[in-house]
Amino acid sequence: MSTVSTRAPARPTLTTDRKPPARRRRQVRERQWPAYVFLTPWMIGALVLTLVPMAVSLYLSFTDYNLFDPPHWVGLRNYTEMLTDDPRYWRSVGTTMLYVVVAVPLKLGLALAVATLLKNLNRGRAFYRSAFYAPSLLGASMSIALVWRALFNDGGTISDILNSVGVHAGGWVGNPDLAVYVVVLLTVWQFGAPMVIFLAGLQQISPDLYEAAALDGAGRRRQFVSITVPMLSPVVFFNLVLEIINSFQVFTPAFVISGGKGGPADSTMFYTLYLYERGFTASHMGYAAAMAWMVLIAIAAITLILFRTSRSWVFYADEEGR
Amino acid sequence: MNIATKRWLPHTVATVCLLALLYPLAWLLATSLKPADEVVTSLDLWPSHLEWSNYTTALDGVSGISVTRLLGNTLLIAVGAVVGNVLSCSLAAYAFARLRFRMSKVMFAFMVATLMLPHHVVLIPQYIIFNRLGMVDTYWPLILPKFLATEAFFVFLIVQFMRGLPRELEESARIDGCGAFRTYWSITLPLTRPALITTAIFTFIWTWNDFFTQMIYLFAPEKFTITLALRSFVDQSSTSAYGPMFAMSVISVLPIVLFFFVFQRYLVQGMAASGLKG
Repeated sequence: MSTVSTRAPARPTLTTDRKPPARRRRQVRERQWPAYVFLTPWMIGALVLTLVPMAVSLYLSFTDYNLFDPPHWVGLRNYTEMLTDDPRYWRSVGTTMLYVVVAVPLKLGLALAVATLLKNLNRGRAFYRSAFYAPSLLGASMSIALVWRALFNDGGTISDILNSVGVHAGGWVGNPDLAVYVVVLLTVWQFGAPMVIFLAGLQQISPDLYEAAALDGAGRRRQFVSITVPMLSPVVFFNLVLEIINSFQVFTPAFVISGGKGGPADSTMFYTLYLYERGFTASHMGYAAAMAWMVLIAIAAITLILFRTSRSWVFYADEEGR
Repeated sequence: MNIATKRWLPHTVATVCLLALLYPLAWLLATSLKPADEVVTSLDLWPSHLEWSNYTTALDGVSGISVTRLLGNTLLIAVGAVVGNVLSCSLAAYAFARLRFRMSKVMFAFMVATLMLPHHVVLIPQYIIFNRLGMVDTYWPLILPKFLATEAFFVFLIVQFMRGLPRELEESARIDGCGAFRTYWSITLPLTRPALITTAIFTFIWTWNDFFTQMIYLFAPEKFTITLALRSFVDQSSTSAYGPMFAMSVISVLPIVLFFFVFQRYLVQGMAASGLKG
């Protein structure tokens, strides 16, 4: 049940291995060209739309470029400016980090809790599973972001409900301290996708393990800590990596809830929104490219740290006894 | 806790959670049918009378472009993306899952790595490329990349599925003299149908929901998608037009809801498989 690792199944030994070298070489050549034909669209895409753009954006990140005049080399200026002389950049980093740190654990925690709940249902599990999944598909749409903005606006349902219980927070959308949590809650609302993955993982854990543990006198909580958590850790890891990477790139809800401006007071100026503003509204493509490389570095670093630390907490059942 | 409570407690908890979760959707539907004066003042979900004129206003569309046209534009892009992704991703996946070639490990590792590549990094150069090709404000930047298997998620999904298929059928086809293409087209592809359907549905929904790419590449209102039109609608109208605005919102998510009801089994299984097989 490994997740991100992609161990290829052992290759069956080909009979051609025993044939004379010359013939074998010809056969190998015959076998290879169809693969490259199959891969042609992918290779063109990987080259023209991924590798070349990566190189170009790295180059542009050291230039001043407005899309109309030729790029003008400025060395590290974009990077030094963003790191030392751009408070809005740091504001966008802070907002995004806050969002990742709050939304991802909440979302995954809720997903795991509901998955555990559904696992214990004998009837209606399929129905609940699908119903809980629905927000994950709809939540990415602009329509739902608009609903969120209305619900959390001044005079919207949420502030009315809070007023009636004596909490006078007003509209969250217009409040610089609370606006970011509107986006957080919209993301958490979409916990259905990781929940489905958790549920599938839970269903793969052998019931024998739980029976044996129960015989040994382990209670529910002990079973959860000693069986469920370790057996599920690869799935947790997979979800964690995926959600963190996706969270860095949040755009639509931030754009809609802030009316496209990242307000109030830049409190919903998420990283992608700021990058869009710098690159496409203010025409500082070089600066935006430098910002893009900073995300790449951040995601690479976080993924690397997660992979490194995963060795101590991710448990692969099929590696047992090796 | 007696046995009856034990049996009903999880159901009750699940139902309560579900109702809370689906409240925003009910709110969306209710507000789209509310008369203007009830939108802000009333906390009741149910409108005093159903204001269907919200929908006729919404159907008129934005800047003289009818909603039918906008939906047609979006459908064109989504269908183009679906065809592109299914074809190109299944081709690449077959090579990775079944064919032997030098560099296969390096290329596969690269493909998996692009799963984690933030979109930001290629965004600006891609925009420059499409701009140079004169393709900005056309649908090409939204459709062409799908024909080049740029969405590694689907290549990966199909590879994982193909690896789970028994090899015997393909091997006997090869012994009977089928070439790689014939084997791919007549044997492997039909067997891969569940993964292809999953790819098709997810591509459709994600393309339909997409906003960022559409906003960057499309400018002419008559080329707008429903999402872009919804955004201009919001910009133009004040809160007094809440009813029509949410009527349009309902229209714009309707295809996703329909897809969800028809294909929910594939969607849920596809999502589960993406995290587990391997």
